[in-house]
Amino acid sequence: MSDALKVKIAGVEFKNPVIAASGTYGNGECYTDLYPISRLGGISCKGMTITPRLGNPPPRIAETPSGILNSVGLQNIGVRGFAEKYLPELKKSDCVIIANVAGAAVEDYIAAAEILDCTAVDMIELNISCPNVKAGGAAWGISRENAAMVTSSVRKATKKPLIVKLTPNVTDIAEIAKAVEAAGADSISLINTLLGMRIDIKTRRPVLKNNMGGLSGPAVFPVAVRMVRQCYKAVKIPIIGMGGVSSWQDAVEIMLAGAAAVQMGTALFSDPYSPLKVIDGLENYLKREGISSISEIVGKCEEWG
Amino acid sequence: MYFCGKYPIIEKKTLGAEIYSVVVYAPEQANAAQVGQFVNISAPGYTLRRPISICGIDRERGTLRFVFEVRGEGTKAIAAENDTLDILGPLGKGFEIPESGKIIAVGGGIGVPPLLGISKACRERVTAILGFRDYSKIILDKEFSKNGSNVILCTDDGSVGRKGVVSAPLEEELQKGGVEVVMACGPMPMLRATADVCKKLNVPCQVSLEQRMGCGVGACVVCSCMTVKNGEELYSRVCKDGPVFNAEEVRF
Ligand SMILES: Cc1cc2nc3c(=O)[nH]c(=O)nc-3n(C[C@H](O)[C@H](O)[C@H](O)COP(=O)(O)OP(=O)(O)OC[C@H]3O[C@@H](n4cnc5c(N)ncnc54)[C@H](O)[C@@H]3O)c2cc1C
Ligand SMILES: Cc1cc2nc3c(=O)[nH]c(=O)nc-3n(C[C@H](O)[C@H](O)[C@H](O)COP(=O)(O)O)c2cc1C
Ligand code: FES
Repeated sequence: MSDALKVKIAGVEFKNPVIAASGTYGNGECYTDLYPISRLGGISCKGMTITPRLGNPPPRIAETPSGILNSVGLQNIGVRGFAEKYLPELKKSDCVIIANVAGAAVEDYIAAAEILDCTAVDMIELNISCPNVKAGGAAWGISRENAAMVTSSVRKATKKPLIVKLTPNVTDIAEIAKAVEAAGADSISLINTLLGMRIDIKTRRPVLKNNMGGLSGPAVFPVAVRMVRQCYKAVKIPIIGMGGVSSWQDAVEIMLAGAAAVQMGTALFSDPYSPLKVIDGLENYLKREGISSISEIVGKCEEWG
Repeated sequence: MYFCGKYPIIEKKTLGAEIYSVVVYAPEQANAAQVGQFVNISAPGYTLRRPISICGIDRERGTLRFVFEVRGEGTKAIAAENDTLDILGPLGKGFEIPESGKIIAVGGGIGVPPLLGISKACRERVTAILGFRDYSKIILDKEFSKNGSNVILCTDDGSVGRKGVVSAPLEEELQKGGVEVVMACGPMPMLRATADVCKKLNVPCQVSLEQRMGCGVGACVVCSCMTVKNGEELYSRVCKDGPVFNAEEVRF
């Protein structure tokens, strides 16, 4: 692979800008029958909390036009479990390992970050945007004050590069982006899922046992592009863009809006090879267009005056 | 080991109204496949793949067979494919088939297809108790017989075979004694009843569960079912830890 795809985010080098999105790629162990995770630029691991969580009752997924709703509710084996069981194997790969962290109280985020600070993870992604847990998650991401508070608290607890993952379920995402930048975030990632609901018209019951869930997939892509653009104009720190990215064209589009790298989640369910297809597609695109580095296109959308 | 790719359809027929039998040429998948595993088939135009059980494995011909019913838009789109199918598989944990002894396979409706592999592998050792809504829904019974397995048919309305659910004949068969294991696939109430009868008569029981899925390979934990392991309640993944579970582990 050429150097043209290399990107640097918060001082961390990715050999290509394609990252598996949290919650859709396990902890790297599930797709190795098809290809080594080293083909990816990075992997954002399953959202973890200080203590293990059981998650929400099933069904936890519903299909929607061009997308899905999920209500997993952060089922995970806890930060320590992750560090012992998965991290050693992950570190054998040649890709950036991002630990995605969620919590109910600030103390939970801090405790998790302190543990991760002593491990070999490359970056921490603060999930203040999970719509599927009552306490915490998105509760942090919907107010400037709370978002800034949890960011600055975790900032003090770790030297690891800190990505803050934002929720789209807000009125003005740029305001939140500015608040976490000021509080010490090295990067922001967006978007997490959009809160949604489906009802079975025969049974009059919501399809998800949790009643509501998070919408992802191609259906949310235009929202993701818009929000990446708004944040790009509001902050200086690099943005990791996601939400419905399924093709190399989508990746170029969200990078033009302002994303320095992309994450892919739901697309994997349709086609587990989709991240590799995006990487190859981006490489060919750069060659064809005579662009020497993918970073040159970041934010280069030319808006109408 | 699983694979993902487009495989040619080499045979396609209907077994009844809206029930299709499809054979694909997929040598690497056929080679890796075990009885009771499933595949995730891409439904053109839809985000999620559809989980479908493996009904037949022919390693010599390099083929896999699926039997599925059109339930909604996704299975309809799959049924409309005539040239190739995009298949991720083989996936999950299948049935644990004992070397010797009598096996009872209990199937309900569209849960019958994954049991045919047990009949093919164990022939006369198998008694298949197959339940269907009515005579028009009966599938695959003759194929079980052709394998030398003993077939007991049940229909809800009594239009063919015994009237009523499968648990009465199951209990009779178990009372005769000498049954090594019961393997079941079908709707949840049927699985629950089967597990209850087996527990009562102290016969091991394996059940194949269904759950809505995302990835199909263990990565997204959307397909959970409540299980009890070492006295502890936890969610297991139907796609990876199952779809076949020991009935004692399942919280029905
Ligand atoms: C392990 C496993 C093996 C299966 N084997 C077979 C088989 O051999 N033959 C067969 O006919 N059917 C089988 N099914 C059921 C089959 O997957 C569903 O009928 C199918 O997904 C329905 O899709 P649809 O788009 O037509 O229906 P819709 O109702 O429109 O589907 C909407 C969504 O719900 C999901 N869904 C709906 N019903 C089920 C279900 N029962 N289980 C899991 N997901 C569901 C769909 O995949 C889709 O994502 C199996 C299911 C599982 C989990
Ligand atoms: C099944 C599932 C589980 C998810 N779990 C997490 C999680 O644990 N932490 C997190 O930050 N985001 C989680 N997400 C959100 C994704 O990382 C991503 O932000 C979102 O799905 C949009 O991207 P996509 O359209 O490419 O999937 C999850 C998404 C899905 C579909
Ligand atoms: S469907 Fe993703 S873990 Fe089972």
